[in-house]
Order: sequence, then C-alpha cells, then structure tokens
Amino acid sequence: MKSLPDRVVARLQADMQRPDLSGTRYNLLRYVACGGMGSVWLAEDTVLKRRVALKVLDLAGPADDLDVRLLREARILASLEHPGIVPVHDAGTLADGRAFCCMKYVEGQTLAQHIATLNLPDRLGLLERIAEPLDFAHARGFIHRDLKPDNVMIGAFGEVLVMDWGLAKVGVTSLEAGETEIATAAQPTQNSLRVTGQGSVLGTRGYMSPEQARGDIEVDHRTDIFSLGAILTFMLTGSAPGELPAASGSVPRPLRAICEKAMAADPNARYQSAREMTADITHYLNGEPVSAYPEGLLERSGRVFARHRTAVVLVAVYLIMRVLFILFARR
Amino acid sequence: MNKVLLGLLLGAILGAIDGMTAWFTPEARAEIAGIVIGSTIKGIIAGILIGVFARKVHSLALGIVFGLGVGLLLAFIVAQMQHGYYFQIMLPGGMVGLIVGYATQRYGRGPKLQQT
Repeated sequence: MKSLPDRVVARLQADMQRPDLSGTRYNLLRYVACGGMGSVWLAEDTVLKRRVALKVLDLAGPADDLDVRLLREARILASLEHPGIVPVHDAGTLADGRAFCCMKYVEGQTLAQHIATLNLPDRLGLLERIAEPLDFAHARGFIHRDLKPDNVMIGAFGEVLVMDWGLAKVGVTSLEAGETEIATAAQPTQNSLRVTGQGSVLGTRGYMSPEQARGDIEVDHRTDIFSLGAILTFMLTGSAPGELPAASGSVPRPLRAICEKAMAADPNARYQSAREMTADITHYLNGEPVSAYPEGLLERSGRVFARHRTAVVLVAVYLIMRVLFILFARR
Repeated sequence: MNKVLLGLLLGAILGAIDGMTAWFTPEARAEIAGIVIGSTIKGIIAGILIGVFARKVHSLALGIVFGLGVGLLLAFIVAQMQHGYYFQIMLPGGMVGLIVGYATQRYGRGPKLQQT
C-alpha cells in the first residue's frame, strides 16, 4: 500500500487541528501558537465585531482531564479581574467535541522580546508591574505555578499581562473572609486536587521552585515568588536561570541579592509576598537600602552619595569656596 | 519636611555658617556677633522666600534660578550697606540661595491635598 507524502500528511494534520467553529459566534481567522494543552487561534467575534483569541484543546473528550483544566483556567481568569491578567470572555465545547476558551487577543511582544531595548530601571519597573497581578491573585488564593517570560505579554499600549493560568491552582492561603467564595466558586476543590494535586510535576524547568519540581502537593504562593526571582534573573542577565551565570558580574550586588533571596531553596527564606519583593526593588530604584542585602559602611556611603549627588556636590563647592576665601583673607 | 520650613532652617544654618566665617577676617572679628546675627536673618529671609516659591512653583530649574537670584539680591543689599566686599559677600550669598533653592525643590514636601 502506498503511503501518503509528508506534505499531504502535514496538511491533513493541520486541517484536523482546525477547530470546528460551526454553531458558535466566532469566525476562524488564523493560527497563532501552540501550547501545552492545545493551540491558540485568532478568531473574530461576529456579534461584537472584535478579534479574540481562542484556546482550543488538541483532542476531543476528557483526555488527561485537559478539558477540566481548560475550564478551570477560564474560571480562574473570570474570577481574577485585574488589568494585568488577560480577561476571559467565554468557554465551552465546540461542535467537534473539543473544549475551548475565548480570551482577549493581546497584540504585543513577549517579555523576552520587549526587554531587549529597555534600560535597567525600566526593566525593574516592568518586573514590578508583573508582580502586581501576581500579588492580586495570591491575595485571592490563586497560585500561577507556571510563571516564565513566555507567559508575560507586553501589549501595544505598554500594558503588562500575565498569561496562561492553565496550571494555576487554589493555594493554601490566609484568604480573607469575603474572598474565600471567589476561590471556591472558580474551582471545585476536589477537581483542583485531581487535576493539579496528584504529585505530578507541572511547570517549566528553570522557573519552577524546588518544591514544585519535587512534585510536592503543598506548594503555596511562594512558588510564584521563586519564579518571579527567576524572571528577574532573566531580565538582568538575559539567560534562563537556575543559578546566576558567570556573566552576572555586571548585575549590581543588591539586585543579585534580591534574585538570590527570591530563589532561595527554602520557601521560608524567600520573600513572603510579591509585594515584599517589589518593595525591595523600589528601594533599590530610589537609592535606598535593600532588605536582602546588608551593605557595608563604604557601600552605604557610596549609595547615599549617589542618591544625593547634586546636593553633596553643591555643599562641597560651597565649603571649598569658603575655605578658599578664608585662605585668601589670611594673606 | 515642608518646603518653607526646610528653606527657613537651611537658610538659617547656612547664613549662620556664612557669618561665622567672618571670624577669619581679623578686621571683622570685633563685630562677629552682629555679623552672624545679620547673616542668619538674611539666610532666614532668603529661605522663607525660596520655600514659598517652591510651594508655588514645582520646577527644579526655576527653584535654583530663583534661589540664586534671591541670594544674590539680599547679599547685594548687605554689600551696599558695607560699602564694599561685593565679591566676598555676593558669591557665598548667591551660593547659599542656590543650595536652598535646590534643596527645597528636591527634598521639601508640598502641602497635603485636602479631601473635599
């Protein structure tokens, strides 16, 4: 029996991947990207006349509970209304049986593409904006668990969006009374444990905390702090982290200390919240002492001088002028 | 610290230092107390004026220019009264005004916004 040429097979595979949008309000425009669970397509919402992103599973049916996980992601996104979290519009099952999730279509760059042109303060400012939605999600009991540069998009207007909450889970947190409902409404607890709590390793190497890599069930929001530290390392060195590379000598010591603290193996030794970490970055940007880095007297003097350079120079000029006047008067 | 208070304190301190350096000029040593008091008052007046300006105008460049101008003007008046020493009086006076102008704009805190 004669086999089909590769070109034809590839074409058939591509056709099979195309989601069947019949009976929905969406028109397929083009393929965008593929992910761990499925593929992302650009579509047009024919009712609202806007472009949207459709995340569609590759396989129909409950294979590996991916449909459950996609629905979880949609529910989590729906409960996390924040300018830094990509909003979800719709979710359901297509005519071909594949689960889908409709989200805002973000036109922009990934973090890796965007930071190439940025200076150090702008990069640090960007990290602060990545931490904001993360802190927001943590406060509501959600953990992202797959934070990495590829999952951060910078929109056309400079907005920072944390994407791909497919591995997110409801964490063991001290939720405030009113917020417990949000966490449980977004995800039935049993499903949460079944999908993400089996001790299986989910995440991305290099950006995944040691406890997450070990498959610990009881990971908490500090696993995201580790990933945030890894992203900071990437933003400072341009290399995927794990450990700070040898080329990190050009990274200021306080920033290295912030990375090291965020990526400590022991979660208790890390920053305990994204806000705490960004506070240290803000201190660094303002020329103030950083909690992660105990500085010596010389370094402190240098930092204070750098922070108040103009004032120090003005006073020094004034004093020198005064001394010169005194010397001149004595002649 | 609010801008006017910062200007006042800085003007007083720098003015006093300005006056005390007269001690190194033998012919002025006898009148050192009067010189220090006068110089301090001059510094306070300059500091208040510069601080009030800083409250109204939020511009580092304009703050520095205004400080320099006020410092020079007040020092010029003092030099006129002394009938001389223009350079020795006006240069430090202008410098003090410049420093106070910079400091009030850079470090002074503006008035709190009132909630309506």
